[in-house]
Amino acid sequence: MTKAMTGAMPAGAKTAAKAGAKAGGPRMMSGAKMVLQALRDQGVEVVFGYPGGTVLPIYDEIFQQNDIRHILVRHEQAAVHMAEGYARSTGKPGVVLVTSGPGATNAVTGITDALMDSIPLVVISGQVPTFLIGTDGFQEADTIGITRPCTKHNWLVKDTSRLSETIHQAFHVATAGRPGPVLVDIPKDVQFATGPYMPPGQARTDNYRPRVKADPTAVEALVEMIETAERPVLYTGGGVINSGPEATRLLRELVEVTGFPITSTLMGLGAYPASGKNWLGMLGMHGLYEANLAMHGCDVMINIGARFDDRITGRVADFSPGSRKAHIDIDPSSVNKIIHVELPVIGDVAHVLEEALALWRARGSRINAEAVRRWWAQIEDWRRVNCLAYRNSDKVIKPQYALQRLQALTEGMDRYITTEVGQHQMWAAQFLGFEEPNRWMTSGGLGTMGYGFPASIGVQVAHPEALVINVAGEASWLMNMQELGTAMQFRTPVKQFILNNERLGMVRQWQDLLHGGRYSQSWSESLPDFVKLAEAFGAKGIQVSDPADLDDAIREMIAHDGPVVMDVLVEKHENCFPMIPSGKPHNEMLMGEDSTEGAITGEGGALV
Amino acid sequence: MSALNIKKGATSHSAYDLRASYSEVIETHTLAVLVDNEAGVLARVIGLFSGRGYNIESLTVAEVDHEGHLSRITVVTSGTPQVIDQIKAQLGRMVPVHEVHDLTAEGPAVQRELALFKVTGQGDARVEALRLADIFRASVVDTTLESFVFEITGTAEKIDAFADLMRPLGLREMARTGVAALARGA
Repeated sequence: MTKAMTGAMPAGAKTAAKAGAKAGGPRMMSGAKMVLQALRDQGVEVVFGYPGGTVLPIYDEIFQQNDIRHILVRHEQAAVHMAEGYARSTGKPGVVLVTSGPGATNAVTGITDALMDSIPLVVISGQVPTFLIGTDGFQEADTIGITRPCTKHNWLVKDTSRLSETIHQAFHVATAGRPGPVLVDIPKDVQFATGPYMPPGQARTDNYRPRVKADPTAVEALVEMIETAERPVLYTGGGVINSGPEATRLLRELVEVTGFPITSTLMGLGAYPASGKNWLGMLGMHGLYEANLAMHGCDVMINIGARFDDRITGRVADFSPGSRKAHIDIDPSSVNKIIHVELPVIGDVAHVLEEALALWRARGSRINAEAVRRWWAQIEDWRRVNCLAYRNSDKVIKPQYALQRLQALTEGMDRYITTEVGQHQMWAAQFLGFEEPNRWMTSGGLGTMGYGFPASIGVQVAHPEALVINVAGEASWLMNMQELGTAMQFRTPVKQFILNNERLGMVRQWQDLLHGGRYSQSWSESLPDFVKLAEAFGAKGIQVSDPADLDDAIREMIAHDGPVVMDVLVEKHENCFPMIPSGKPHNEMLMGEDSTEGAITGEGGALV
Repeated sequence: MSALNIKKGATSHSAYDLRASYSEVIETHTLAVLVDNEAGVLARVIGLFSGRGYNIESLTVAEVDHEGHLSRITVVTSGTPQVIDQIKAQLGRMVPVHEVHDLTAEGPAVQRELALFKVTGQGDARVEALRLADIFRASVVDTTLESFVFEITGTAEKIDAFADLMRPLGLREMARTGVAALARGA
């Protein structure tokens, strides 16, 4: 296993050198220059990073050019979340640059977050010089070993002649198939040494070509499912958004022509518009009653780019017991991982939907209209339950009310929303409406507190004129609050909409449900004065506690041309409903008015 | 290797029952994985098994194509059919993995393992060890007045059986290569 370790010139580099010799030579340059050249050739406009000893040559090259913008963060974890925000709001890969040792280890949480949510990132890390590797050198860490399980793939480049090709391959792997984060570890001596530069077109990428076109037999079977379904539901996820705008267009067309009800995971919000008439709302643990009951009672479930996550399925044994299931996914390992499906359709969402729609039309555009109409009547009954109802107050701001007002006052604006993790995240998913994809950035798989603030900066960097709001809880927000400095320095007018209940709300809710109301360590003691904190950084701070002042405060936040920290003092003990308690199936949801005592019992208590 | 395993003709009548439900029986499968021979590739494969809680009963790896920089990993693993399918899919999506073959599912395969046994003793036990080695077609690759080193190849079961017989006769040390396997036929 030592081929790459010996530093033998790879076949590609040899060819490039040979071709170059005839045509005036390949462009020779230092490894550090190569990094910038490769990023430029990949169309990179912005890099999120933090300098350090082992990336100094690359930072020296950044200093001497103006094509690529560098956003200096205050902590490497935030650099990765910013790149995630950038990637999710543009569909382009995000790029991160960190130094060795602590720079790389600080990035690990962000990289894992991107892996769980299938976000394309290229992380470049410095490494101690090759001759120091393995000696416990200053700021040395086994970055490749540490990031192996949290990247789609990673590379240690030990030879400058391999560097440019590796970076091009990194972009290919990050974006092809199911997207994900990749890491290129570059020792400092490799950055100083000179080698031939290989342009993107010559880099070898044929060894990683995930299949995008589905088996025609599977597509035909999918069409039959659509034609014969009596109680269908489309269960969509982040895969639709990752597949691109064409997938969104085709999904909307599919819903339009079939009239099927559609629900989505947290990751897929916006692929189908929240104002669309077939929209059931989000499903899952804090999903809507009608969405979860439709999943439970359907006879045909068509999963489009979702992965049967445990937040979605509840108790697996009782998940949608009477349905036949199809699963469209580009990643074969997502299929039959948790839920057995009768029909796997391996391919890219856009390709599969296009072929399925064409075949369905060619076969006469049939659906079981009478049965679907009856199904809709049933769903309307469930809708009338009005599962998001809550008791409002004119004394204290309810978090749900704060989000309803935020939605009302920002509707129709060029708006992007990020969130932190917890109750506020679920309320945001329930009460904000997303009309377009790539407008909703939240940490779904890993559930990373501290994600939203840096992600909002990344989104704003990509969309300087847009309204970017991070819906936050005070505890999550404090985890990466140092990025106020970044927001100020780069004039990203991000709005931090903090629902401050002085609690770790979701932890408190679970302690309420599961641990006899013993609120162990789940309150936020010694909170800062958020207004003064904002002002200390030169940002604007607003505090609001009276429901009557809320609208004006939101308007003031939106109107301010610069970062705003808005401290919304909300009801401290509000629980987030509806809720499928751990270990329960979809048809055993807790509603807002239910007693929560003893809601989670038996094995459910061991689940998260 | 296709993740699709649709019964032939299944769609001509119905979209349903394309795949049978998985059984809960634990099966042992031998997988052959062709990978780029690059630094860390074995760590990736092993990390996948440990990180996702899959079993490794035996694992061998060596370069098989010097020009193409390819190594072959033969791994014997066990799990329910669903877990075996997951292992194959998870291996298949790794960037340096070129091919994954389930030799157990794809048809008859030959599986062989090589082992070295050090057996010490004198008198009757020593004679008996040599006699049994002959029955098992094990060859003597080193000898002193008090010891033999036997080399034996065969299925894992045959080597287990040989070990059971050698234990009372003075088995001191044993080294096994793990299973190498190839599909039968052309």
